[in-house]
Amino acid sequence: MNLFKYSSPQTFYPLAGKLIPWLAAGAAILIVYGLYIGLLVAPTDFQQGDAYRIIYVHVPAAWFSMFLYVVMAGYAILGLTLNAKLSYMMAKSIAPTGAMFTFVALVTGAFWGKPTWGAWWVWDARLTSELILLFLYIGYMSLQAAIDDTRRSDRASAILAIVGVINVPIIYFSVKWWNTLHQGSSINLTSSPSMAAIILKAMLIMALGFWLYSVAVILIRVRREIEDRERNTAWLNEFKE
Amino acid sequence: MKSRHKRIAIIVAGIALLAIAATLLLQSFQSNLVFFFSPTEVAEGKSPQQGNFRIGGLVEAGSIKRNGTEVHFTVTDTIKTMDVVYTGILPDLFKEGKGVVAQGKQGPNGVFIADQVLAKHDENYMPPEAADALEKAQQYKATAGEVK
Repeated sequence: MNLFKYSSPQTFYPLAGKLIPWLAAGAAILIVYGLYIGLLVAPTDFQQGDAYRIIYVHVPAAWFSMFLYVVMAGYAILGLTLNAKLSYMMAKSIAPTGAMFTFVALVTGAFWGKPTWGAWWVWDARLTSELILLFLYIGYMSLQAAIDDTRRSDRASAILAIVGVINVPIIYFSVKWWNTLHQGSSINLTSSPSMAAIILKAMLIMALGFWLYSVAVILIRVRREIEDRERNTAWLNEFKE
Repeated sequence: MKSRHKRIAIIVAGIALLAIAATLLLQSFQSNLVFFFSPTEVAEGKSPQQGNFRIGGLVEAGSIKRNGTEVHFTVTDTIKTMDVVYTGILPDLFKEGKGVVAQGKQGPNGVFIADQVLAKHDENYMPPEAADALEKAQQYKATAGEVK
């Protein structure tokens, strides 16, 4: 099988259409199940009581705000190096979902910070760098929208996406490199997680649900983008008939 | 094919340059990115000598003394300690032995006068029963050590 079979809009369009319902259904099931375990089955926390339960939305949202940015920058690199038009469309379609997760992480963080820290917002390294991530997403989307010529807007915004990727390790390691009010990582690669197994389980199910949701929404957006950019091609018109 | 390789090379070089720029930038920001100073850093004179800054550490066990709405407590980083006085409402998670960040300025008698106190919780999440069991195990270890 040709590895690049689905790298052209013509073959990717129907494949994405077939995948979307399954991804959406999987996302709905996982998120409902994850919330059920997190909010009803998992115990209260020894120091934060019930206030900690916002973790089930906050942490997966923050993970995907960073992960989606890296994927977006990856597609931007593919677009610039291989001149693949589908890569640019993927990058463009990822940005709104990444921005949404960044916003969710910031807002849920504020709601969590008030009862535990005693402040909605502080300018520590973690919170500030995550806010910069939101500005990067907004900057990317604005640049995409500001240039009318798609080829030029794709390339210009791709460069912005690649430059901004330097912020992701800064967000991730901020709690390690500097004194922050934000807690350190509960989960990392070098040691066992410092949370009860059931809390971790609910959080990972939520993360999986957010992942399927992201892919489903991004594929829907890519299909709209293909319909827009390839509207004068024979294959799309044949497909629609 | 050749132009593609050239493009890849340019992008790789661009990213490398950016990484170097970011490293240099971070290095120069290092001092400004500090959200709080530990009592040891304050003792070494790393904190601002004038104006407001934040100190952070653990609330020393047995150090909280309330006097109406005025609270006295000691912040420790297990090496040095600092006495803090604060008037106002404390966050729920403010407890002895737990993390704290206080914003304010150095008073004339060496006491840190705080105008804001924030609780800093750690990255551990477990049910209360598990925390109790852990504490008991630690106490058992401590007493066993004394017997020896």
